[in-house]
Amino acid sequence: MKPAAFSYHAPETIAEAVAILAEVAPEDGRVLAGGQSLVPTMAFRLARPAHLVDINGVEGLDRLVLDGDELSIGACVRHAAFHRPVVEGCLGPLLSSVARHIGHYPIRQRGTFCGSLAQADPASEWCLAAVTLGATMTAMSVRGSRQIRARDFFEGIMTTALADDELLTEARLAIPPSDTRFGFAEFNRVAGGFAIAMVLAAFRLEDGVITEPRLGVGGVEERPRRIAEAEAALEGRAPGAEAFRAAADAAAGAVDPMEDINTSAGYRRDLVATLAFRALEQAGRALEQAGA
Amino acid sequence: MNAKHDITLAINGEAYAISVEARRTLADAIREECGQTGTHLGCEHGVCGTCTVIVDGAPVRSCLMFAVQCDGASIRTVEGLADGGEPHPLQRAFMEHHALQCGFCTPGFLMLAVAVLERDPDIGDEDLLDILSSNLCRCTGYANIVKAVRAAAAEMRQC
Repeated sequence: MKPAAFSYHAPETIAEAVAILAEVAPEDGRVLAGGQSLVPTMAFRLARPAHLVDINGVEGLDRLVLDGDELSIGACVRHAAFHRPVVEGCLGPLLSSVARHIGHYPIRQRGTFCGSLAQADPASEWCLAAVTLGATMTAMSVRGSRQIRARDFFEGIMTTALADDELLTEARLAIPPSDTRFGFAEFNRVAGGFAIAMVLAAFRLEDGVITEPRLGVGGVEERPRRIAEAEAALEGRAPGAEAFRAAADAAAGAVDPMEDINTSAGYRRDLVATLAFRALEQAGRALEQAGA
Repeated sequence: MNAKHDITLAINGEAYAISVEARRTLADAIREECGQTGTHLGCEHGVCGTCTVIVDGAPVRSCLMFAVQCDGASIRTVEGLADGGEPHPLQRAFMEHHALQCGFCTPGFLMLAVAVLERDPDIGDEDLLDILSSNLCRCTGYANIVKAVRAAAAEMRQC
């Protein structure tokens, strides 16, 4: 229950960090951000990195700012930063309600938004949000900087498009139109537990019918994804139980759920139907409250 | 790899100059190198919350940070709660409301609750329950812990 020995590096600039990473990545060097997933894995000795590059002291990575029409989230921005809405409009409250589902309060004081993306646990709320909202990730290395779209970023369970020597420095979320309505629903068995299934839904209304629907499912397959069949079932329909039920059933029919010792594929599929309906209903209620 | 790092931890206002391997967790450094054994270690992988301490104002799991990351940080542990012989209002409330039995989890609950009440004295019941669900207690069934924290919150608001 004690981590194995490793060499510790504490760079102060991004240039320094990626230079060290370039050197130590081939020797199983890893980035340490919040450490709320990596350190327990090290305590179990499931991970025994030879080097840790601690980015907590890197200048500028704690930046959380509105940059044009995007929210820029630096690599060291903690989950707790989202407890209160970080931007005006519909995105801030959505991120707050999602953040509350991540681990526990003390975990959220250390764990980071970008760390969750890089960890790519299928049950990660931020990974689902990134895919559903269409985030863009910035990866830096000594070879330069590149942008990776969320749909290309997540490759499988705890596997991303990041190369070993790349540092995820930032995630950018586009600010959605102010009349976008959101709903988020998650199921797990104990407080603070990993999501067994979760759904993030968003849509707008034009002339009384749904437009720009987004419905993302997480915790169900190896990576989060938007469900085109469910979105098609919403597009152009009046918001309400009938359209929501059709979309929820479409989502449940479209997923290929993982199984584990506690959870059968059928159970996860049923959860998708229930959670998709709840998330859509929540988005619908947001609509009534706004008087639309 | 086994190189030692010379660091200083400021625990409850007192500076401890220690020398630790990078793999030393903050929890172990507080207990072993600094001799402050009020901080307890339960699961050692971030689940139970027993090792919760306050680092630069934030309640964190000290088993999930390395001591070397806390060089120069200000750390508060259960030893720093009482004012001389006078228990902190939260400690008194825990006694009055029978919020502990074996006491093993108590330091973690106290540090979690102190940090939260100092940040947000007017915290609502729903948020408080959500936060207290962070830590595990195998004796009390939690009801008395919630009761004690609510009572202490009311008292701390008055002073």
